[in-house]
Amino acid sequence: MMLALIPLLPLFAALFAGFFGRRAPRDWSHWVCCAAVGFSFILSAFVLYEVAFLWPSLGTQSENVTLYTWLDLGSTKLTIGFLIDPLSALMMVVVTLVSFLVHVYTIGYMKDDPGYARFFSYIAFFTFSMLMLVMSDNFLQMFFGWEGVGLASYLLIGFWYTRPSATKAGMKAFLMNRVGDFGFIVGIGLLFAVLGTLNFAEIFARVDELQGLDVSLWPGLEWSLLTVACICLFIGAMGKSAQVPLHTWLPDSMEGPTPISALIHAATMVTAGIFMVARMSPVFEGSDTALSFMIIIGATTAISMALLGLVQNDIKRVVAYSTLSQLGYMTVALGASAYSAAIFHLMTHAFFKALLFLAAGSVIIALHHEQDLRKMGGLRHRMPITYWTALIGAWALAGLPPFSGFFSKEPIIEAARFAEVTGHAYAYWALTLGVFLTACYTFRMIFLAFHGAPRYGEASHGKHKSHKASHKEQHAAHHEPPKESPKVVTIPLIVLAICSVLAGILFATPVLFGDYFGTAIRGDYVAHPAMAILHAEWHGVISYLLHAFLTPPLWLALAGIATAWYFTLSAPTAAGKLAHMLGAVYGVLKNHFYIDALYERVIVRGTHSLSLWFVRGGERFWSEGVLVQGTARLVQWAAQSLRYLQTGYLYHYAFAMALGLVVLMTWWGMK
Amino acid sequence: MSVPVLSLLIWLPIIAGVAVLALRNVDSGRPSRWLANAAAWVTFFIAVYVLCQFQSTSAAMQFSERVMWIPYFGIEYSLGIDGLSVLFIGMNAFITLLVVTSEKISSKGSYLAALLITSGLTYGAFSARDAVLFYIFFEAMLIPMYLAIGVFGGQQRKYATTKFFLYTLFGSLFMLLALFYLYGVSQTFSLQAWHHLPLSLHTQLILFGAFFMAFAVKTPMWPLHAWAPDAYVEAPTGAAIMLASTKIGAYGFLRLLLPIVPDAAQVLAPWMIGLSLLAVIYFGFVALAQTDLKRLIAYSSIAHMGLVTLGFFLLNAVALKGAVLLMVSNGLVVAALFFCADALKTRLGDCRLNDCGGIVNAMPWLATLLVFFAMANIGLPGTSGFVGEFLVILGAVSYQLGVGLLAATVVVVGAAYTLWMVRRVVFGSVTHPSVSALSDLGIQERLLLSVLAASMLGFGLWPQALLGMADASVTQLLAHMALSKL
Repeated sequence: MMLALIPLLPLFAALFAGFFGRRAPRDWSHWVCCAAVGFSFILSAFVLYEVAFLWPSLGTQSENVTLYTWLDLGSTKLTIGFLIDPLSALMMVVVTLVSFLVHVYTIGYMKDDPGYARFFSYIAFFTFSMLMLVMSDNFLQMFFGWEGVGLASYLLIGFWYTRPSATKAGMKAFLMNRVGDFGFIVGIGLLFAVLGTLNFAEIFARVDELQGLDVSLWPGLEWSLLTVACICLFIGAMGKSAQVPLHTWLPDSMEGPTPISALIHAATMVTAGIFMVARMSPVFEGSDTALSFMIIIGATTAISMALLGLVQNDIKRVVAYSTLSQLGYMTVALGASAYSAAIFHLMTHAFFKALLFLAAGSVIIALHHEQDLRKMGGLRHRMPITYWTALIGAWALAGLPPFSGFFSKEPIIEAARFAEVTGHAYAYWALTLGVFLTACYTFRMIFLAFHGAPRYGEASHGKHKSHKASHKEQHAAHHEPPKESPKVVTIPLIVLAICSVLAGILFATPVLFGDYFGTAIRGDYVAHPAMAILHAEWHGVISYLLHAFLTPPLWLALAGIATAWYFTLSAPTAAGKLAHMLGAVYGVLKNHFYIDALYERVIVRGTHSLSLWFVRGGERFWSEGVLVQGTARLVQWAAQSLRYLQTGYLYHYAFAMALGLVVLMTWWGMK
Repeated sequence: MSVPVLSLLIWLPIIAGVAVLALRNVDSGRPSRWLANAAAWVTFFIAVYVLCQFQSTSAAMQFSERVMWIPYFGIEYSLGIDGLSVLFIGMNAFITLLVVTSEKISSKGSYLAALLITSGLTYGAFSARDAVLFYIFFEAMLIPMYLAIGVFGGQQRKYATTKFFLYTLFGSLFMLLALFYLYGVSQTFSLQAWHHLPLSLHTQLILFGAFFMAFAVKTPMWPLHAWAPDAYVEAPTGAAIMLASTKIGAYGFLRLLLPIVPDAAQVLAPWMIGLSLLAVIYFGFVALAQTDLKRLIAYSSIAHMGLVTLGFFLLNAVALKGAVLLMVSNGLVVAALFFCADALKTRLGDCRLNDCGGIVNAMPWLATLLVFFAMANIGLPGTSGFVGEFLVILGAVSYQLGVGLLAATVVVVGAAYTLWMVRRVVFGSVTHPSVSALSDLGIQERLLLSVLAASMLGFGLWPQALLGMADASVTQLLAHMALSKL
């Protein structure tokens, strides 16, 4: 029952804030929601403690709790329940911790918003859904959480609903995720078709039955069932974790308020796809094709999105593209069967990326909703806490020792090198080059925002107004110099900074290479040896730090920082010249590889034309014109013709009778 | 001799309807409205009693009543319900209650009478065990509905109602021929006896065609749907909901077509699956291009019915259970969406999607509820819409991956037209001056829509409560269909 409280507390808080928040005093909403999520965090931490420290001595590997039977299909029961094991316990703590900090931060960030209670209701509901997702013991409930977080994301991106760009971005996010869900649901269906169950434990126990089976897409066209199922499931992950080519919703999701960019679109929801694949590791291990597919998609995402991060001028978009790129790193880890590395990077990334987003948010409030990096600069003296915490986040993101990002990113690159599935070499080179790009765009952002001369004085009126109510205050406060954010904003930053610094050193050994995960993650280390090789070379945290000086990524990262420094601080005009020189390349990057334009032209317009064509050709012409009006005309015509038969002359009728009699008698006679 | 509960359910609203008609001009219609409300509540409680007393473990007919009616032809007044009908009895009671009690004070007594009589006849069709009795209820429903649309409908009501009447009548004539033929073979009109009547495949195929014409028109299925969008749009809200939510056409597949001609159903299943998939995809795209809210809801409902018929003809347990649950869910969702459209139409006088943007600014209650119903229509887990859709897709993937892929497109297309509708109606700034002057939902409307929302949520979180009732009969139907009648 204590377990059920972990997701239910945020749900109750969400219902409270949603139903009574508008009428109750403002404070109540945030007190109830923060308390509920905070309490869930304490309970989750307790569960993690139990899992990590008490279970090994008891020999417990996992715990299944069934709450109730959702649907009894006769052949199987679809249930709502929890699977508690090291994987879910870790995720629960990450989700509730980041969520709690974001809740606290929101008190400061959304202070003047008229939708204050609504916002708390949504993020508490999000926390509930995310917990249902990670704690699930079956696909049904996972899908429930999966769509629940999608709904929360949709509502929160479109939170400022009077802005057309926000509602459009919300719809785009939902629909693109639905394309992923299309694959996800078919993948679930394929596993269900063969195994007849949706329960994880039962699927894992019987995964061998899937080996060697084929599925026909159409009679005659046969594929390996396991590969098709895994790729379908991964398409679901591609939607949620924004992998190329289903990534374009994530940059647009920045239309939402910054706290949700940190919570949903960086730390938790977008990692749900990574979590799902790690959860399904016993199934994915069976298909090398699916692993290859993942490693190639992941590497492509990592490198291409890092390139786009270089040319963004909106501070939130830089961080968003960085999130996309880092999700690509995690996907590569999954493809290399380095599931524990993927989850470890997921965790450290949750800390430092949430930190960077919240720091960006802190800057944005200080500058009265200015998001353009070109109108910032020199903020480090005015906002020291924000600056130092952001610097820690950037350091971790760039993967520089000894912060957490180093310990999580380095093993992924190594795993890609030692993996044996097709495409691993491409992934290795892409990720290595990615390290340079990551350091470059991250420090470009830091230098532009916090260093150099202030450019915010000349800031024109901020384009991104949140809402009408704060408009006046914005205007009044416009000429005041930016100042450090209040404590509710800076304390979450400090906590996340501490996590970003320490998570790597403290947890690398047990989570990456130790037996923390036990049987929660099951790699086939004979067929996919990358993790085993890394494990053999692992001699503890200190030697790994020293070892880093001998590998290219560290030097590439430093080179990236130097490059960023050169183009932003040392020679600010050089960037423009370079962009001019490489005009074509710059154009491609500025237009996000024209993928958005392609979708707009081909898919959106194509769908629109097709539906209009269906209406005109199918509904108006065929159904209404031919079937309805045509039949009506036919009846009319027949009636017109038949009318001539009723002549009214007796001899005509008599003749017809006689003829009929003859025909009838002939027919009878022949019988 | 126990109380003839089913007869009460059928005749109480019909008699009340006639009385309402008689009293409609007395005291400016107050007694008639009172009577209509009372009748709706009483039948609702009788239906609740039926649901509570229903033995869900049994697949047998319950609450049976049998009286010889026309001995010469062996036509009986024979009623009874099993797991296939009990959900729809409950559904009909719920919808009737909502529709009748929500009618505005200004509405005419004769309209309420038409709704009540339709409701009584619908109970009759869901509980008839004799083919002639079924046919009479099935056909008689046309008359009050014809009048309700023809007299109280929108601008194009004459065209819509004529099309509706002719289409439905045309379809059922084929069924009538089939019934006569089956009587000729078996000398009885008992549906139960026909279920066990051996028939050659050739005969079965012809009978399949005849039944198909009747039920495919009523469901409606492509290409016999042309009456439906016009009728739903032109009908006054209550009648449109009664027409779209009761699912009598799809029920005909379950009660008559599948058990009487199972071998033909097996043979023709691939064609039916094709037609259903076509409906799912085609109507989804058609819905995407709609500019009128009611018409969009109508096409969305028809697209979902495609998923229902798909569930029937995949002929596996998971899909069939999903189809039955989807019928109930779609009834609820369509009713809720039509109520929302009505709330907008009574205020704006129109439901053109492009003219009524930004209602969230003026009507936060309606906006919240409409978003919820949109999510149920999309099939978000936790709402009723998810359950059936999910099971039918699982069943489709089990049948054939290609069919599963095509069926699963509903996940994307359904979300596309629904969310685009939400974006145009609910969100954005107020562009039209009349929108800013809108008043939000009144207490009665809030209560009505909240009850619907709560029922969808309850259904979505614990569908076993509903499936448990239908389960035994659905399982028996599949077992029956597995036995060849050749």
